Amino acid sequence: MKILGLFNYWMVILLMLVGLYMVIASSNLVKKIVGLNLFQASVFILYISLGKILGGTAPIFLKNAPDTVYSNPLPHVLILTAIVVGVAMTSLGLALIIRIRKAYGTIEEDEILEIENKQQ
Amino acid sequence: MQSHFLVLLVAIPLIAAPVCVLIKSRALVWALVSVVSGICFLLSVKLLILVSTSETALTYAIGFWDAPVGIQYRLDMVAAIVAFIVSLIAFIVALYSRVSLKDEIKAEKIPLFYSAYLLCLTGLLGITVTGDAFNLFVFMEISSLASYALISMGKNRAALISSFRYLIMGTIGATFLLIGIGLMYAHTGTLNMTDLAQRLPALLGKQSVQVSLAFIVIGLAIKSALFPVHIWLPGAYTHAPISVSAFLAGTATKVSIYALIRFLFTVFDQTYAVSKAHLGPAFIILAVVAMLFGSILALKQDNLKRMLAYSSIAQIGYLFLGIGLFSVSGLSATITHIFNHAIIKTTLFLVLGCMIYKLGHAQLSQLNGIGKRMPWTTAAFVIAGLSLIGVPLTAGFTSKWALVSATLEQEYLILTALIMFTSLLAIVYIWRVVEAAYFKEHETKTTTVKEAPLALLIPLWMLVILNIYFGIDTTINIEFARQAADSLFGS
Repeated sequence: MKILGLFNYWMVILLMLVGLYMVIASSNLVKKIVGLNLFQASVFILYISLGKILGGTAPIFLKNAPDTVYSNPLPHVLILTAIVVGVAMTSLGLALIIRIRKAYGTIEEDEILEIENKQQ
Repeated sequence: MQSHFLVLLVAIPLIAAPVCVLIKSRALVWALVSVVSGICFLLSVKLLILVSTSETALTYAIGFWDAPVGIQYRLDMVAAIVAFIVSLIAFIVALYSRVSLKDEIKAEKIPLFYSAYLLCLTGLLGITVTGDAFNLFVFMEISSLASYALISMGKNRAALISSFRYLIMGTIGATFLLIGIGLMYAHTGTLNMTDLAQRLPALLGKQSVQVSLAFIVIGLAIKSALFPVHIWLPGAYTHAPISVSAFLAGTATKVSIYALIRFLFTVFDQTYAVSKAHLGPAFIILAVVAMLFGSILALKQDNLKRMLAYSSIAQIGYLFLGIGLFSVSGLSATITHIFNHAIIKTTLFLVLGCMIYKLGHAQLSQLNGIGKRMPWTTAAFVIAGLSLIGVPLTAGFTSKWALVSATLEQEYLILTALIMFTSLLAIVYIWRVVEAAYFKEHETKTTTVKEAPLALLIPLWMLVILNIYFGIDTTINIEFARQAADSLFGS
């Protein structure tokens, strides 16, 4: 039961490892960015899971029901910021890939390495 | 007014950055950036004076929300020293960049370049002044994203792939930092650094707190290019425009190391980092490998930009060596060297900028006899090179002295010997350039080359003079660094 109850966190670890593996193993630059996004998404889920309380509602203070259980909004807000950072990273990465494709004619890292080595 | 200086240090470049995009005139945009970075420099000087005269750290509550609820800006001695050096380097490189960028970047991209430059400065200064762990992550990403864009503006197409590699490594590092901060928050429910420092000691037995320290250390090690996660650095510094190489080599990695010091000594307990996490030996071993690896590879390079990049890896080794000793003198040696190395490495890169401006390259094999035709440029290289080696009466000497005495204090004689040995290697790779410049006959085809223009030489020589000045007047780089280390250990 305890293992199942931590389902979120198992998924976080799985996603994180899959993402990191993609970044390291794939030679295609777009796939590297996809991997990075998966890796970041796992961290987002980690933060969101931290703030969530079972049965908790939106964090609005009500005068007639002061005992309402609500989820912690702070990790959720933090992750909004981190998502923005992630989007900026993705767009910059993709923009770089477009320029790389124009300059080298390929987006496979091993082929780019070959071209670079030939020049030297 | 004075109480707002802390936030102005970050707000002024942040507001000026988008304004740059709107200005079409190249000269006007340069003037704006110079004025903004000059104001930041004056602010940081004033803040350094304020911190050195007051007993406690300066604090500022953003939007009047007091800590720990609101984001707090907090400036103590070590932060003031780093903010001072970052804004000093930013100011001088901004002055230098007007002429050096002409050949390197298309005219219509110059406003965008300066916009990214100011954003990078905002991020770096933000890291130094913030007292909030998550805010630190955000500023780190602002500066990193801006620096990826800056590096990709290099002339050569290899700049693109170097920038992409840096983006991948940098994002992994930043995400590791984010995981670490999240795990700390999960246990303490706070992000304010002083608040974290009060709550964490009781929780140090928890596995996930230990894991959070591991994530933060590895994340920041990637950002500061510690061996073996340095692989993004040589490419990035080699292919970036010279002003960017000079600015980042002086500031970006240093600020990451500052962030590491912040987490190890202010947020976590340093006794914990030594006795339980065994970070001391780990840092020292990696630092020694970095010192040897960087210096030896620097010996082999023909491209001088790449040579300086490898030399930076070796110097980052010195910085981690000082932290790894986990003593007051070791830490103060690191802070001293952060300060000195920023000046030294930026000077050396600016020298290469003058050569590239006049010759179109900085290949050692084609620099024969350059000393006669570009006497001021080459003399600047010699003085900064002496400073890098650590010759008395230069800034570099103070950091070598501090490091050597810190290792002697703990009787690590082998480390002392290794510092001496890698300094010898530095003599060799600086000497290769000096030999080519003064003692080899130049080929006929480069005889027309004249000295670099004054617009490049004046900022360069300002830094050269600082190299000597801080070797003689050591108030900031020794005394203040010592005070900073004392207060970090006391907290």
